Amino acid sequence: MNFDLTDEQKMLVSAVGKFVKNESNVERFRKARTTAAVWDKAVWKKMGDNGWMGVAFSEADGGFGGSFVDAALILEQFGRGLVPEPYIASVILGGEAIASAGTKEQKEKFLAPMIEGATSLALAYAENQSRYNLNDCLTKAEKSGSGWKITGEKRWVLNGHAADQIVVAARTSGGQFDADGLSLFIVDGNAAGLERTAVSGMDGHKTGWLKLKGVEVGADRLLGGAGKALSVLERLVDRAAAAACAESQGCLQELFERTVLYLKQREQFGRPIGSFQVLQHRAADMFAQVELCKSMMILAAIKADETDETERKEQISAAKAYLTEGGWVVQKQAIQLHGGIGITDEQDAGLFFKRVRVLQGLFGDADHHISRFSKLASFERSLKSA
Amino acid sequence: MDMSFTPEQIRFREEVRQWIEQAMPAPIRKKAQNGAHFEHEEQMEWHKTLYKKGWVAPHWPKEVGGTGWDATQRFIFNEELSRASAPPLSPFGLAMVGPLIIQFGTPEQKTRYLPKILAGEEVWCQGYSEPNSGSDLASLQLKAEKDGDNYVLNGQKTWTTHAQYADWIFVLCRTKFDGKQQEGITFLLCDVKNTPGITVKPFMTTGGTLAFSETWFENARVPQANRVGPENGGWTMAKALLGHERTTIAGVGEIRRYINLIKRIARDTKVGTGSLLEDPAFRARIAALEIRHRALMMANYRTLASAQLGRAPGPESSILKIVGSEIQQYCYELMMDAMGHNALGWFDSGEILPMHEQWVASQFNYLRATTIYGGSNEIQRNIIAKLILQLPGA
Ligand SMILES: Cc1cc2nc3c(=O)[nH]c(=O)nc-3n(C[C@H](O)[C@H](O)[C@H](O)COP(=O)(O)OP(=O)(O)OC[C@H]3O[C@@H](n4cnc5c(N)ncnc54)[C@H](O)[C@@H]3O)c2cc1C
Ligand SMILES: Cc1cc2nc3c(=O)[nH]c(=O)nc-3n(C[C@H](O)[C@H](O)[C@H](O)COP(=O)(O)OP(=O)(O)OC[C@H]3O[C@@H](n4cnc5c(N)ncnc54)[C@H](O)[C@@H]3O)c2cc1C
Repeated sequence: MNFDLTDEQKMLVSAVGKFVKNESNVERFRKARTTAAVWDKAVWKKMGDNGWMGVAFSEADGGFGGSFVDAALILEQFGRGLVPEPYIASVILGGEAIASAGTKEQKEKFLAPMIEGATSLALAYAENQSRYNLNDCLTKAEKSGSGWKITGEKRWVLNGHAADQIVVAARTSGGQFDADGLSLFIVDGNAAGLERTAVSGMDGHKTGWLKLKGVEVGADRLLGGAGKALSVLERLVDRAAAAACAESQGCLQELFERTVLYLKQREQFGRPIGSFQVLQHRAADMFAQVELCKSMMILAAIKADETDETERKEQISAAKAYLTEGGWVVQKQAIQLHGGIGITDEQDAGLFFKRVRVLQGLFGDADHHISRFSKLASFERSLKSA
Repeated sequence: MDMSFTPEQIRFREEVRQWIEQAMPAPIRKKAQNGAHFEHEEQMEWHKTLYKKGWVAPHWPKEVGGTGWDATQRFIFNEELSRASAPPLSPFGLAMVGPLIIQFGTPEQKTRYLPKILAGEEVWCQGYSEPNSGSDLASLQLKAEKDGDNYVLNGQKTWTTHAQYADWIFVLCRTKFDGKQQEGITFLLCDVKNTPGITVKPFMTTGGTLAFSETWFENARVPQANRVGPENGGWTMAKALLGHERTTIAGVGEIRRYINLIKRIARDTKVGTGSLLEDPAFRARIAALEIRHRALMMANYRTLASAQLGRAPGPESSILKIVGSEIQQYCYELMMDAMGHNALGWFDSGEILPMHEQWVASQFNYLRATTIYGGSNEIQRNIIAKLILQLPGA
């Protein structure tokens, strides 16, 4: 086993780390919070020019042929500066949807410009009633002429408020909960019949609530075969879960380091509060959890490219659940140890706290992943053979 | 030992329940039923409703506007208020400075302040903490120097909850600069709105609201007649007041409201063809929370019973504060989990979520403060270790 980064990966981390430190620190995010989109197209273009969107796509698809780990390393650094650009929405979800299921034409038309940073993408799958079940889908796509007509509502679509193209999951057959019958369509952000509302998130980001009122798309916008999208969706959302672990890890690392610094600086009773043993123990516990979260984030990043479905689901569920358990120790102690100042918006700790909580709730929360883990064939077998 | 209620007590409960039901103004009742967030004006409207009935300060002696109820009646009353999800009242006048003035104030002070606190005509806030004196309250630096009949105040308070609504602030200030820190502190009442030199600057919280403020004093002149208790005798009063504060912070009634809210959210949350309430794992989490709440309630009952026998509140207030504040936080953690994706929204996107869900994420953030304010839980544990367990210092 070897968990060391390659030389290329080290260079990547260093370049992204420098960008975060010099050009996208928390102050930039604070300003972005007050803008309509909450992210900046010029910065996105720059990321494209740096090649960051393409790291994990194959060379044939216009990428650099790296692995998911490369994307995770970028996201971890982004987490340290609360970088608001829609990397998970556009690269991990929308981009990978097209890379894994698209035709050559679709990749050229929709994926390539995103990799360059000229456009951005999104994936719309969640509905009001669906919670974390990807097969619970009421949005319908019916044949219409040579193409399709899509009707339904999607919620909490990351970058759904700003994306140029949105990959939408819809039923082409079957009932609300059927595993078969789901299809993916690439819908233009400006399509007639598409209403999008930008909704504020707890973390200061915006998401899109979409109403599709008979949106017409051509046959060339069906992504992959009709009716077989569930396993594609599962894979995409698992990878997004792994990506959320990576970004959370960056946030948690930053929260932890900032808290330790505060413990050394803040004085009460004539001494630094970090000299109180109870707070030293809390810091030690936080450190332990940061390290365990990091370990699980690495596991998820490695398993995001795993072809064995059960193995991928098992390990990513374990990681996603753990990043909540361990992360929570870090999050809540960070606020507690900052005292009153930790409850103010002007202190950065709260911003990291909120971002991590949102990432914990996306792509399956801890309850969902523990429950999924406990029902997987691998866990069943382990119970029988125990 | 006996936990049952007498027939009179049961009749009393019935009377209180019926009155609350008919007295609660319609808009407040709607919000209460939805477990929604109450604005300051709504708190005050409910305050005045209770005042007109004579029920706003059951814990005050009858002579100054209390109800003359015994501890059990007061407890029943509070239970019924939380059962109806009634707005919590601002504690600074009723639960903090009021009892203090009753205990230590001059006859003039009692006549001047108490009726207006009762009537809700004057709103109060608490000026204890300073930027460099939080947990170490005794190190406070707000300077009060005598000049004629006045004190002249210079310095700063911070985290002053609701200062932006307040007419009056009670402050701890420094009147003696040498000797033991605790022995140079004085307790003063200041008119926030009419004293030149007092300015209030609200802070944005992580909950997205302006709950607390910085309060600045620049040559603010406060009459010596506004001093409660002797000069340099404020520390005793500060501690007495914190005892009152901590018992309310345990929030036994609040937790009842929160648990109702969790159940409502879980019932309204669709999962597959049913609701989240049918998910055995989630039900078990609510059940476990109910049990924790019951333990807190029983501990609270015992404190009350002991108080009814005339014993002073002892270590219980610190224990109840620690446990109660943690349960309150857990309630909002569970609400967030119940809401799934909907928990990730913010209240300014209001109408898209049901009323009772709009404020959950905001409160989830703000309630991180329950383990910090009123003396952080670390400080409470230090108090227990030192004063109750008599463990030696480091
Ligand atoms: C099953 C078992 C097998 C063992 N086997 C061996 C062996 O093979 N060889 C051997 O040499 N020893 C062995 N030990 C001894 C073991 O290393 C000691 O028990 C251990 O170092 C703790 O010392 P103590 O028991 O004197 O507890 P103490 O040192 O008295 O500690 C009591 C408590 O106070 C805490 N404490 C002490 N100092 C501090 C501090 N500064 N800050 C915070 N907390 C503090 C401790 O964590 C502990 O909770 C064994 C012990 C056990 C229980
Ligand atoms: C929402 C909110 C409302 C408030 N409202 C009011 C108000 O109306 N009026 C008012 O006067 N104040 C108010 N406060 C202030 C509150 O009482 C203080 O925040 C609190 O006493 C902690 O002080 P601090 O913020 O300076 O934190 P610090 O004292 O700097 O503490 C930082 C951390 O160190 C820990 N710590 C400090 N000393 C020790 C020790 N000796 N041992 C172990 N741990 C220690 C603390 O527990 C905390 O975790 C409010 C605070 C909040 C958050």
